[in-house]
Amino acid sequence: MRRSRGFWSDVKKYRTLLLMLVPGVLFFLLFAYIPMGGIVLAFKQFNYSGGIFGSPWNGFDNFRFFFNSGDAWRVTRNTALYNIAFIVVNNGLQIFAAILLFEVAGKWFRKITQTVMFLPYFISWVVVGAIAYNLFNYDVGTINMLLHKIGMDSIDIYNTAAYWPVILVLVSAWKALGYGTIMYLAAITSIDTEMYEAAEIDGANIFQRIRKITIPNLMPTVIILILLAIGNIFRGDFGMFYNMVGNNGLLFSSTDVIDTFVFRLLITSNEIGMSAAAGFYQSVLGFATIMLANYAVRKYDKDHALF
Amino acid sequence: MNVILSQNLKPERRKATQHDRLILAIIGYFMLTLLAVFCIFPFLLVVSSSLTEESAIVENGFQIFPTRFSLEAYQILFEFPTDMLKAYGVTISVTALGTLAGLFLTSMTAYVLARKDFKWRNIFSFFFFFTTLFSGGLVPWYLLIVNYLQLKDTLLVLVLPMLMNVFYIIVMKTFMSSIPEAIIESAKIDGAGDFQIYLRFILPLSKPALATIGLFIALAYWNDWYNALLFISNSDLMPLQYYLYRLLGNMDGMRKAMMESGAVVNFNIPTESLKMAMTVVATGPILLAYPFIQRYFVQGLTIGAVKG
Repeated sequence: MRRSRGFWSDVKKYRTLLLMLVPGVLFFLLFAYIPMGGIVLAFKQFNYSGGIFGSPWNGFDNFRFFFNSGDAWRVTRNTALYNIAFIVVNNGLQIFAAILLFEVAGKWFRKITQTVMFLPYFISWVVVGAIAYNLFNYDVGTINMLLHKIGMDSIDIYNTAAYWPVILVLVSAWKALGYGTIMYLAAITSIDTEMYEAAEIDGANIFQRIRKITIPNLMPTVIILILLAIGNIFRGDFGMFYNMVGNNGLLFSSTDVIDTFVFRLLITSNEIGMSAAAGFYQSVLGFATIMLANYAVRKYDKDHALF
Repeated sequence: MNVILSQNLKPERRKATQHDRLILAIIGYFMLTLLAVFCIFPFLLVVSSSLTEESAIVENGFQIFPTRFSLEAYQILFEFPTDMLKAYGVTISVTALGTLAGLFLTSMTAYVLARKDFKWRNIFSFFFFFTTLFSGGLVPWYLLIVNYLQLKDTLLVLVLPMLMNVFYIIVMKTFMSSIPEAIIESAKIDGAGDFQIYLRFILPLSKPALATIGLFIALAYWNDWYNALLFISNSDLMPLQYYLYRLLGNMDGMRKAMMESGAVVNFNIPTESLKMAMTVVATGPILLAYPFIQRYFVQGLTIGAVKG
């Protein structure tokens, strides 16, 4: 009927809906698309009088500095390794907790444990930083006090890089446990109960049931969540690293990730060009891995692909 | 159900099943209790430390139970609470403003994208979604806000950058897509315009999603310190979390400020317990609201898991 009257009649037809989209479109234009244009900074020698467009070009100099300094490899490796460790440990614990919650818990016990496990999700990374201070401080920290009690010497956690990979993995597990457990619990709850009944009649014990029914049925969810997490493997959790480690240079060898590195270059050392180059490098790397991960998800199960 | 099923089994089988069940129950209760303690222990540690006399902390360090109970840290915090109250005021205003505006814009955008008869919904969906795949990075975004929009040290900079989030739009859109189209059709026949349909029909029907997303947005604003770290240096505009961050890192400066304002007259400020008390005060409202709001978040996770 109205079909081929062209673009402007469509605009007229949808004018209210289009108007309703204006704030959202403006928002993402301003805070997402316009900054994408700022990527040119990675190829410039930035100065404040020239700004983004007036500053002189310097080709690939920023990238050359970034890669030749050795920082590029260090922060990329740290970001990827931490994220891999987080993915493995967090998902493992969450699946474990979800299966146990589903299988054993009485109603009240289940409610209370779930509530308690979800609690860390709600607090800010600053508060986590305060908790870390409480635990790890050299003079009054809880861990050193416990060490004293059993007759051992204090350990200087904030000045020893080697402790931090373990600490950060534990902190990440602590904060993410409740969130992930609830997701996996929802997936387990949606498994067809008839399967369990059939297994029971066939004489399967409860461990066989978990191994042969719960886990295989959970696998699609696990694989999809993990693939999507792999897509974000080059994005570090700035809030976590910054509040746990801060600007403590002694720990950078084992704790510096791309995001903290970019931040420091920008705010502390005012190396705008190199910071932009490192940020651009991260964006490209991130884009490539997300595309790959999405391709993998698509191959595995089309319905769950991002796009 | 399990009881009935077990009765159909041979006696020795039933015995074996019950035996396994007992083992699993023991493992389950034990491990889950362990995980729950792992999650709650740090909170107890902070609360207990905030209630311990400073000299006891210096002597014995932070403890899970206060060795010498004292409310000194809270007394100092509340005796001259100007800075803390200012920070509270900033956080509450930013959270209220951001949540209301964010919820309105998110739901309005999601409504348009959920309208199946809207011709360009896929193009616009992609326009929003693409920003989660690729970004210009920190530097251009930072320079835009500081140099071009001149938003440094304004209240607006704490609200604006977090106003909309693609993930929330997607969750909201998924929820709205499940509202029967017949409702929109009949409203149209009654002569309602597109905006009126959103306001009078879709919003009231979306209350569960609005509650969930609203709480997610509110939590993000309450816990935000990052925008303040980047853009706020004026101490009148510091939100609560950033105030706590500064206090943790710069106790000496705080001590000076407190002495100048007359909050304390000597150097014996309980540094350690004060830090912990401030942590409690900054987290308090969330912990108090937590039992009531928790289920909305659980709901949100399960809506989000379904995905659209």
